[in-house]
Amino acid sequence: MSVLAIAEHRRGELRDVSFELATAGRELADATDGDLHLAVIGGEVGEFADRLDREGVDVVHTVDEGEEFNHDVYTQAVAALYDEVEPDVLLMPNSVNGLDYAPAVANRLSLPLVTDAIDIESDGVLSVTREKYGSKVETVVEVDADRAAVTVRPGEWPPAEGTNGADVREFDAEIDESAVRSTVTGFQEVGGGDVDITEAEVLVSVGRGIEEEENIALVEALADTLDATLSSSRPIVDNGWLPKNRQVGQSGKQVTPEVYIAIGISGAVQHVAGMKGAETIVAINTDPNAPIYDLADYGIVDDLFDVVPALIEAFGGEPPEV
Amino acid sequence: MKILIAVTEVAEVEDDFEIDGLAVAEQYLDYDLNEWDDYAIEAGVQLQEAGEDVEVVSVTIGPERSEETIRMGLAKGVDRAIRVWDDALEGEGQLGVETKADILAAVAEDEDPDLVLAGVQSNDDAFGATGVSLADEIGFEWAAVVNDLDLEPGGDVASVHRELEGGVEELTDVELPAVLTIQTGINEPRYASLRGIRQAQSKEIAPEDLADIGLDASVTESPITLTQLYEPETESDATVFEGSPDEEADQLADLLRDKGVVEG
Ligand SMILES: Cc1cc2nc3c(=O)[nH]c(=O)nc-3n(C[C@H](O)[C@H](O)[C@H](O)COP(=O)(O)OP(=O)(O)OC[C@H]3O[C@@H](n4cnc5c(N)ncnc54)[C@H](O)[C@@H]3O)c2cc1C
Repeated sequence: MSVLAIAEHRRGELRDVSFELATAGRELADATDGDLHLAVIGGEVGEFADRLDREGVDVVHTVDEGEEFNHDVYTQAVAALYDEVEPDVLLMPNSVNGLDYAPAVANRLSLPLVTDAIDIESDGVLSVTREKYGSKVETVVEVDADRAAVTVRPGEWPPAEGTNGADVREFDAEIDESAVRSTVTGFQEVGGGDVDITEAEVLVSVGRGIEEEENIALVEALADTLDATLSSSRPIVDNGWLPKNRQVGQSGKQVTPEVYIAIGISGAVQHVAGMKGAETIVAINTDPNAPIYDLADYGIVDDLFDVVPALIEAFGGEPPEV
Repeated sequence: MKILIAVTEVAEVEDDFEIDGLAVAEQYLDYDLNEWDDYAIEAGVQLQEAGEDVEVVSVTIGPERSEETIRMGLAKGVDRAIRVWDDALEGEGQLGVETKADILAAVAEDEDPDLVLAGVQSNDDAFGATGVSLADEIGFEWAAVVNDLDLEPGGDVASVHRELEGGVEELTDVELPAVLTIQTGINEPRYASLRGIRQAQSKEIAPEDLADIGLDASVTESPITLTQLYEPETESDATVFEGSPDEEADQLADLLRDKGVVEG
């Protein structure tokens, strides 16, 4: 089974998921003694190709089109390369940019698409494991087709290492410029401001379990008591209850404190992406099946409105009325 | 200007649940408006309020039960709604991306909108692919994971921010007609007012079956089959503190003292 995987880069850097895709692709190709093709589109493709030449990669295709990601270019380039390589499986990252071109490529090539894979196997039939209902259940889907497209969740496969001497091939995708109807005009950093949660040693982090804006005072009081920094999951920021620079997660900040106390946070994959590197993780959540407990070192399965005031009192503080 | 909003009803699983075959048993499911779609509705209604002659239409693939969810959109200012359902879709469990895109494309071709808004993903299946598949299917331009939208009603270019990973946003100009998939936080979704809720009762929800939109049951055919659904083996090796809240808090306090988080 031959595999074509598409690398990802941004602002001159290959992103980790590129090397993870190489591992996932190699596993699949191995299942049937096939070839692994990796492709990189845009930017310093020559330099990228050198770095993508890791163990298990047979061919690196470079497509020298543009500096940064543009989905119109990517969609055309991947489709053209697909026709050239004719792989059985097309792998793309389930990143924000992956979400912006993979469905279009699959549609254009009439390939069945399965997104956000956390495991892929093949014994002739491709079966893909993915999650449903916010990680509460896992599902396996089988793809009964000769060819398929799959997007791969970042962080699930170890990155491919080493060097290999892969065949590097330049590919001219012959981009139709009239079909490029979107223009990337720049980038913007968000979430600067007063506090840098990435520097904190102890984070008290609050999620949707807190229910109301007024109740934030309760976790703020706990953070004060512990001399910790307050952070949060995304809905708290979406609601405007805390500023963007407090958001932990995929689209927020990546943090590595010594202690991370997750209060009323379910542990959705995009949140976990930002905090799994914490040394000690404590969860306070009423739901014993919440995915945060897969990560937590310590847990209290109880109502935060009972536990947090008691915790403040345990340190001699006075909890605010909420 | 016409704006079409893809609105879906999602199932949420209760804390304790059981699995029945290849699905979570029905009694443990609660249905609600998809979180991301709430923001898409707000984005559409804001454009409608900013311009004259802007019509906002919602489209939902869902059984009759989903009308309750559809009415929430109507109560927030959506002008009218289309609901597509068919016996052929019944019992399909999880509809494939292709099937959804084909159905929405058929509706979009009838309605001929200038702009289509959809949520980034639905929070049950979390495929995250419907909006962009639809765009490609109908030849519209698109942008995924939009958390800022600047568009004059009637304008022909949408300036958007796409929220990338790690606190970086991409600034992109997208030619209309386009499909945008909307990220939470782009705006503040309104609550439906009592007046809105009353008005919603008299707004139209047009039920359509596959034949009405020029499709047949073959649209549901998919090479993708769900073969297993299970609770993931818990990887949890967390030490769970037990007792009353006070006792639990005391144990955690001891731990935090041991770790040197707090002195004394
Ligand atoms: C492209 C993309 C990017 C994203 N980026 C991020 C990101 O950077 N960061 C992020 O956090 N999310 C991100 N998300 C959103 C993510 O998918 C989740 O929606 C979000 O993390 C959920 O936040 P939560 O855990 O606070 O809320 P929920 O998932 O609603 O969880 C609330 C939890 O509180 C518990 N609870 C309720 N009441 C109580 C109580 N009284 N006491 C104790 N516990 C209680 C519940 O059991 C539940 O587990 C992103 C999503 C997408 C699609």
